[in-house]
Amino acid sequence: MSQLQVSTTVNGDPVEFICEPDESLMDVLRDRLGLTGTKEGCGTGDCGACTITVDGRVVCSCLVLGAEAQGRDIGTVEGMAKGSELHVLQRKFLEHAALQCGICTPGILVAAEALLKDNPDPTETEVRYWLAGNLCRCTGYDKIIRAVMDAATEMRGA
Amino acid sequence: MRFEAPETVEAAVSLMAGESGEARALAGGTDLLVQMKTGRIQPDLVVDLKRIPSMTAIIEEDGGFRLGGAVPAAEMLEHDGLTAAWPGVCEAAYLVGSTQVMGRASLAGNLCTSSPAADTVPAMVAAGAIARLVGPDGAREVAVEDVPSGVQKNSLKKGEVVESIFLPARPARSSDAYLRFIPRTEMDIAVVGCGISLSLAEDGTIADAKVALGAVAIKVQVVSDGAKAIIGAKLDDSALDALGAACSAACNPIDDKRGTVEFRTDVAAVLARRAAKIAYDRASGDAA
Ligand SMILES: Cc1cc2nc3c(=O)[nH]c(=O)nc-3n(C[C@H](O)[C@H](O)[C@H](O)COP(=O)(O)OP(=O)(O)OC[C@H]3O[C@@H](n4cnc5c(N)ncnc54)[C@H](O)[C@@H]3O)c2cc1C
Ligand code: FES
Ligand code: FES
Repeated sequence: MSQLQVSTTVNGDPVEFICEPDESLMDVLRDRLGLTGTKEGCGTGDCGACTITVDGRVVCSCLVLGAEAQGRDIGTVEGMAKGSELHVLQRKFLEHAALQCGICTPGILVAAEALLKDNPDPTETEVRYWLAGNLCRCTGYDKIIRAVMDAATEMRGA
Repeated sequence: MRFEAPETVEAAVSLMAGESGEARALAGGTDLLVQMKTGRIQPDLVVDLKRIPSMTAIIEEDGGFRLGGAVPAAEMLEHDGLTAAWPGVCEAAYLVGSTQVMGRASLAGNLCTSSPAADTVPAMVAAGAIARLVGPDGAREVAVEDVPSGVQKNSLKKGEVVESIFLPARPARSSDAYLRFIPRTEMDIAVVGCGISLSLAEDGTIADAKVALGAVAIKVQVVSDGAKAIIGAKLDDSALDALGAACSAACNPIDDKRGTVEFRTDVAAVLARRAAKIAYDRASGDAA
């Protein structure tokens, strides 16, 4: 297979990489760009651990080819904190103990951030449906939902 | 495998037609990349359609809507005109997987994958949607129900792609609905799906209707007897009973862990009655 050269933007920074034509963007992010915040759970679109944004839309990076990233705007969990200052969602996840093993956390943070951008005052039901594609084996979801609701409240107040 | 991302439909078609091995179009990749990962298909060429303007646009045309062959469900749901005109097609698109999957999954991909349980297909069929296919011999328009030809088989010729799907203009007092049964509330495959589109006369009788079922046969079923059962009626109980009976009669499902033959046959009638009522209420609201 002949490798492809791809120019893209990741978390606002221009990035170039070389990848195989059938390589997923998830593998590119993790193995070629060292952005291991994006996690692999299933590799087939079911778990949401690999959630990123492409041109602002949340997608599973395991179901995107690296080659598709050409000229797009990619967002990963690494883009959420500003230096050492955590994003409100990240802080609320810690405060509410909304994670245990943490594998699902980056994907949920990215998905929740996109929700709150679009809908700053979601109902609990809206949060639960929005995050239905983010599976968590540890927490039982309740603390995750509370953390997102609390983050939304703080972000509206700020 | 080669990857190409052409900028015109003609270039996509000539790439796919010229490939001696297996060529696959890529819209959202939510089926294709899963199938590649599991090794079920190993294409020699993947052609990304998302750099082609006509594939990514939602255009209002002759009072209807033309949806590009790679428009993701999420974008449909953000289009106020589309969700108002075709709530049934849009609620079917909303059922396709998670937020993440909807960020990529297209109607054309759902159609071309040709899973008998595809959610948007019965809704599109009920809507009278027309697929515009472009291939090496030019363009042709086919009814959506004629695209799937069996379980994971479609009638596209070599090199052909779905450039767009057209939802036609509809008269006043028209609406549609889609319902599916799954064993839980989210993230599952339809055991039965039912799409119904209808138009009302001024006095509230059903002037026109189309009924389609998914997951009850090897491909989507158009239930003409179901439509006949409600046309001319105001959706009284006897019309609903006849609709349900026609839908059950149209079922030839499989028996599996998600549902037995008896269950699917029964649920088809239940969903048809409910979907008809929802479409009817929406269409009446339209008139007010
Ligand atoms: C986690 C998960 C949940 C899902 N849940 C559902 C669900 O609830 N209901 C449901 O119906 N489906 C579901 N799906 C399946 C899938 O998301 C849908 O079938 C989706 O609509 C496919 O669209 P796509 O754009 O991603 O297609 P792709 O994967 O890009 O393509 C699918 C097939 O169609 C062909 N193709 C795509 N576009 C064109 C075109 N324009 N012209 C010609 N050929 C084309 C491709 O070559 C490929 O063979 C789910 C998938 C995942 C991963
Ligand atoms: S790794 Fe992508 S959805 Fe599970
Ligand atoms: S914290 Fe372990 S999977 Fe969610």
